[in-house]
Amino acid sequence: MTNSPKSSFVLSHRHLLGIEGLSAADITGLLDLGEEFVTLNRQIEKKQASLRGRTQINLFFEVSTRTQASFELAGKRLGADVMNMSASSSSMRKGETLIDTAITLNAMHPDILVVRHHASGAVALLASKLDCSVINAGDGAHEHPTQALLDALTIRRNKGRIEGLLVAICGDILHSRVARSNIMLLNTMGARVRVVAPTTLLPPGIERMGVEVARDMREGLADADIVMMLRLQRERMNGSFVPSVSEYFHYWGLDEKKLAYAKPDALVMHPGPMNRGVEIDSIVADGAQSLIREQVEMGVAIRMAVLEALSRALPNA
Amino acid sequence: MMLSDRRPILFANARIVDPSRDLDILGDLLIADGVIREAKKGIGAAGVPEGTDVVDCRGKVIAPGLVDMRAFIGEPGAGYRETFASASQAAAAGGVTTIICQPDTSPVIDDPATVDFVLRRARDTAIVHVHPMAAITKGLEGREMTEIGLLKAAGAVAFTDGARSITNAQVMRRTLTYARDFDALIVHHTEDPDLTGDGVMNESEFAARLGLLGIPKAAETVLLERDLRLVALTGGRYHAASITCAESLEVLRRAKDQGLNVTASASINHLTLNEIDIGPYRTFLKVSPPLRSEEDRKALVDGVASGLIDVVMSDHNPQDVETKRLPFAEAAAGAIGLETMLSAGLRLVHAGTVTLPALLRAMSTRPAQLLGIPGGTLAHGAPADIIVIDTDVPWLVDPTELKSKCKNTPFDEARMTGRVVRTIVAGRTIYEQL
Repeated sequence: MTNSPKSSFVLSHRHLLGIEGLSAADITGLLDLGEEFVTLNRQIEKKQASLRGRTQINLFFEVSTRTQASFELAGKRLGADVMNMSASSSSMRKGETLIDTAITLNAMHPDILVVRHHASGAVALLASKLDCSVINAGDGAHEHPTQALLDALTIRRNKGRIEGLLVAICGDILHSRVARSNIMLLNTMGARVRVVAPTTLLPPGIERMGVEVARDMREGLADADIVMMLRLQRERMNGSFVPSVSEYFHYWGLDEKKLAYAKPDALVMHPGPMNRGVEIDSIVADGAQSLIREQVEMGVAIRMAVLEALSRALPNA
Repeated sequence: MMLSDRRPILFANARIVDPSRDLDILGDLLIADGVIREAKKGIGAAGVPEGTDVVDCRGKVIAPGLVDMRAFIGEPGAGYRETFASASQAAAAGGVTTIICQPDTSPVIDDPATVDFVLRRARDTAIVHVHPMAAITKGLEGREMTEIGLLKAAGAVAFTDGARSITNAQVMRRTLTYARDFDALIVHHTEDPDLTGDGVMNESEFAARLGLLGIPKAAETVLLERDLRLVALTGGRYHAASITCAESLEVLRRAKDQGLNVTASASINHLTLNEIDIGPYRTFLKVSPPLRSEEDRKALVDGVASGLIDVVMSDHNPQDVETKRLPFAEAAAGAIGLETMLSAGLRLVHAGTVTLPALLRAMSTRPAQLLGIPGGTLAHGAPADIIVIDTDVPWLVDPTELKSKCKNTPFDEARMTGRVVRTIVAGRTIYEQL
């Protein structure tokens, strides 16, 4: 085991429940640490021992491919024992309450619990009943902090900075935890944030969260350095929030024509999984301006950074 | 659109009424190349271009052609009731130069291809302008909103579920919200279907005597109140499709006083007829919403006079014998009106309750403004869609002479005073009463 990080950053929080509450210094510390793990992940020897002996449980009440896989990989590369639990196999299916699940898990002495839940606030509720560190891997439409961090790392690596950039977040803002975490992180780091969506997909009061609001893509993408697209779930596109896929794509789907409204060197991001032909055109998703694949790579690195930085502050570290 | 006639025509010595500019003068109107050149005193005296056809209009009124904001045409799907061709003939004879057709057809006008079909069909067969409204919800089912952006881009001038009401408040909220992004006008028929139930006429003593189930006014006011609160919440642009009672006027006044983006129509039937006219179960007077009391009718007339009611429309709804020659409760609702709306409206003018400019504003200028379409004005450069009215000529409504395919007029055999004597669309005379 020769690998060990040079950064000695310690996250001075017990949990990572959201971007809210993180300082610019916290975020920069995590991004710097993440950068080191990017290098590590590109080596043949990707393992290090900093979480050796630690138990990490990934508790996913909502299905996930990339988030769960990257947390699993991140924990294993840091030497932790990682266990995955999903809603379909857990006692929640048998009617156990969230609190009872927490108490049961607590008795097994995990060091880090990674939780995704469909209800906003559920992860914080669990955290209040547990002795270990809790990482929010997405709670309802509230927060998804590691996504915002990996997005920030991706932006910083490609633009050299975050401060002063104009980031347009487009699509289903109303139901998006990714949007909320990104709005907070980007504001904390000094970026300008603009949300672009039909009003039916904007939470009322969003303009008071430190964002500019645009209803159409031409106005919304003007001068943007980063165009961040969000997924529109299928059940929301057939007349309830927007009339149809074809109308949504016509007015809000990112194609080459709309991307041309942004700066010529604008970069395109998407948290995945993508609906090609709904919120994004394949030519753009796979094009030269797309960072979508890089985002996945950064996902593993940033989750290693979060695990590492939190574990350094564990009581028995 | 219409073929225009390039020949200049001077309408001389007329009373010129242009509500779009608060103009009401004795003077001349010159049109050429299918557009209005000018309207003022003494154009004729100053000399007109060579070849100008000079028409002496002494004693007549010149006004913008009527824009009928609510007319059901049977195309597509019910051409036996009315076609664009027959409706536009009726319109021309009634002084209506623009028809706004409704989407409750078969198939429903709820996708851009159908809007395109309607526009092409009307272009090829109608002699007046036709603009469709598109459905608010797919299949008029009140559940899922239509492609408001694409439909508007295709040519839908507003959105309505026709004679159906949207009971789901969430659907209405989201639709108003979404439509606002496209500055689309939502036109809603406010009649709660549960409160309406099996009712067939106004709920009143008269209904009790006839032994017919009544429809309470609350069926209208409950939905109207709800809608206006949703307008306040969403900032949407809203038009009440057909209000019928004094209580609704109060609701409307409050919303307008609050500065909400709200307007309303009343049908010519509700302004000139009341529930008593049903008499011995006359099914031609069965309309939806139902004719109300005389007090309500008077209140509506005052609403038109004051401008609280923005638009007066025909609510033209052709029904043929097999849907009307039935016991009252079983008969279809609806009355034709394109051809008689102006004459019926003149009853109010002759009674001294509404001025001619106020009537024409509600039948022409306001609907054109609300829908964002040309017409409703005699301003320089506007399309020469104009009518010549003889306000004093007496005539009898003879159903056999009506141009509409169906003859279900509530003014069957009625005596009228005043009618359109010449209708011009894009400079071309399409109707002339000889």
